[in-house]
Amino acid sequence: MVQLNTKIGSLELKNPVMTASGTFGYGSEYADFMDISRLGAIIVKGTTLNPRQGNPYPRMAETPSGMLNAVGLQNKGVDHFVDHIYPEVRKIQTNIIVNVSGSCIDDYVQTACIINTLDDIPAIELNISCPNVKQGGMAFGVNPDSAAQVVEAVRKAYDKTLIVKLSPNVTDITEIARAVEGAGADSVSLINTMLGMAIDAEKRKPILSTITGGMSGPAVKPVALRMVWQTAKVVKIPVIGLGGICSATDAVEFLLAGASAVQIGTANFIDPSISGKVIDGIQEYLERHNFTSVQEIIGALE
Amino acid sequence: MKKYQLDLEVEDNRMVGPGVTLLTLRNDKGLPDMVGGQFAEIQVPSARVLLRRPVSIHSIDKEKSTVEFLIQVVGEGTASLAALKVGDTVNVVLPLGNGFSYRSTHVARPLLIGGGVGVAPLLFLGQELAAHGIRPVFLFGGRNEELILRKEEFMKYGSLFMTTEDGSAGEKGFVTDHSLLLDSESFDRIYACGPTPMLKAVAHWAREHETACEVSLEHRMACGIGACLCCVEDTADSGNVCVCKEGPVFNIDRLKWFN
Repeated sequence: MVQLNTKIGSLELKNPVMTASGTFGYGSEYADFMDISRLGAIIVKGTTLNPRQGNPYPRMAETPSGMLNAVGLQNKGVDHFVDHIYPEVRKIQTNIIVNVSGSCIDDYVQTACIINTLDDIPAIELNISCPNVKQGGMAFGVNPDSAAQVVEAVRKAYDKTLIVKLSPNVTDITEIARAVEGAGADSVSLINTMLGMAIDAEKRKPILSTITGGMSGPAVKPVALRMVWQTAKVVKIPVIGLGGICSATDAVEFLLAGASAVQIGTANFIDPSISGKVIDGIQEYLERHNFTSVQEIIGALE
Repeated sequence: MKKYQLDLEVEDNRMVGPGVTLLTLRNDKGLPDMVGGQFAEIQVPSARVLLRRPVSIHSIDKEKSTVEFLIQVVGEGTASLAALKVGDTVNVVLPLGNGFSYRSTHVARPLLIGGGVGVAPLLFLGQELAAHGIRPVFLFGGRNEELILRKEEFMKYGSLFMTTEDGSAGEKGFVTDHSLLLDSESFDRIYACGPTPMLKAVAHWAREHETACEVSLEHRMACGIGACLCCVEDTADSGNVCVCKEGPVFNIDRLKWFN
C-alpha cells in the first residue's frame, strides 16, 4: 500500500490533491458526484471582509483549451461565512482551507483574524493575485515589497498554516515567492490565473464586462509547471502547484517539478468527479513505478 | 434534486431544422426524475473545446429510457455534438437547475411561449402538463415558418399558434402581437423560453396584464452547478445569482427588467 500523505507546514494532508478556490464552491456542490471527504483539502471560495457583488455579467469566455473568468470575488463576506457556511463545511471530514482576499492590508488582517478563531479551519490561502478586482488582489502580488508587507501583517494576526497564492503576471515569480517566505508564509501556491482577453469580432466588442480576465485551464499548464519548478528550487517552504491540471499524469508532473501538493481548478467544471480520479491515478502511478510514498516523487525530476 | 454524471449512448442524432439537431441519448439503467425547464451539461467530444455545453432537456421517454436535446449549431462545441454518431458514448451531467413551477404552483390555463431553439424545454413541459390533464397552448415565434421547430411534436400535447416576421406561417409579427393575447384572461400563467429581447417583451406584457410569468434564461456557463459564479443574473431580491443553480427558470418578479 503506497503512502499518499503529505504535509504543508504543520498541516497534514491524507493525499496531495486539493481543490482550488473558486472552482469547488463550498464542497457541497460536488457531493452528488464524488466523496468529497477523500480530498487532501478543499479550498473554499475567496472570502473578503465585506460582501462583494462581483463583476457584471458576462464574466466568462471560453478559449482554446482554456477559459477566462472575471468573477471578481463575489462572496457574502466573512461574517456570513462564519455564521452560515462554517457550520456546514466543518462537518466535511477533510481539511477546509479558506481563501482570503482583500482590497487593503487591514481587510486581509481583519478577515484572517476572524478565520483564526474557527477551530476547524486549519489554514488560510492568502489571495494576493486575483486579476479581476480593481483594488488590492493582484496589485499586492506583483511587487515583492507589497507582497511581503501584506504577508507580514497577516502573519502577526494568524497563527495557523498560512499559504500565499501567487500571481503568474510577473517578470520573476521566484522573487515574490522569496519575499513572502521571508515575511513568514508557511507555503506558496501557484499559479493564479494569467491575465488575458477575448474579443467578439462580429460585434467589435470585448466579451468580458471587465474587458480583461483571468485565464485558466489546460492551456496554462506549461507556464504553471515552469513556475512551480523555478520556485521550488529557491524556497524552503512547500510549494503547492496548480494551473491546468486535468489528470493524474498532470498532477504527477507538478509533484516531479517540486510541488508538495496540487490543486485541481478548472477541470472541476469539465468533470465534477475529476479530483477523486486524480487521487486514484496518483496511487496507480506510484504503484506502477514501485514507489512506496508520494514523498519519493516530490521534486524527483531526473 | 440529486444530480447524476452518466455515460449515455447516442440512440439518434438528426437535423430537424436549419442548423438544428435533435440528439437522443439512452441510459439502459433508466433516467433520474427531471422537471421541465431543467438542463444538462453535455461533454463535448473535441480536444479544443474545454467546457461542457448546457442544453435544455427537450423531452424524455421513461419507457425507452431516452432523453432528447434540441441543439442549435452555433460554434465548435455544438458542431461536435451535432456530429455524434449512433452508438457513441457521451458524458452528461443532469438534471441541473430549477425547472418551471408547475409541480409546486397551481396552474390551469398555461401559455407556453417559445422563440427559435428556445422552444426546446417547452416540449418536455407540455408533456408533463398533458400528463397531469392540462392541455397547454403553445405560441411560437420565428423569422419564418422553417425556423419554428418540431410543430407536429408540440401539437400532440396542445394547440399551437405561431407568429412569423415574414408572415409565412401564423400571424405576421412578434409573439407579443398575436391575437391570442387580446384576451389576457385566457391564461393564468406564462412559461417562456427564447431570445432575451422576446423574453423581455413577454415579461413586460405579463407585468402589464398582471399575469404570472416565468422565463428561462440562457447565460454563458462553465460549471452548471453553482460553483464558478460565471453565469450570474442580477436579481431584485438577492443581487447576482447563478442562472445554473437558482434558474434557469425565473419568475419575472425577481428580475430587474422593469425600470
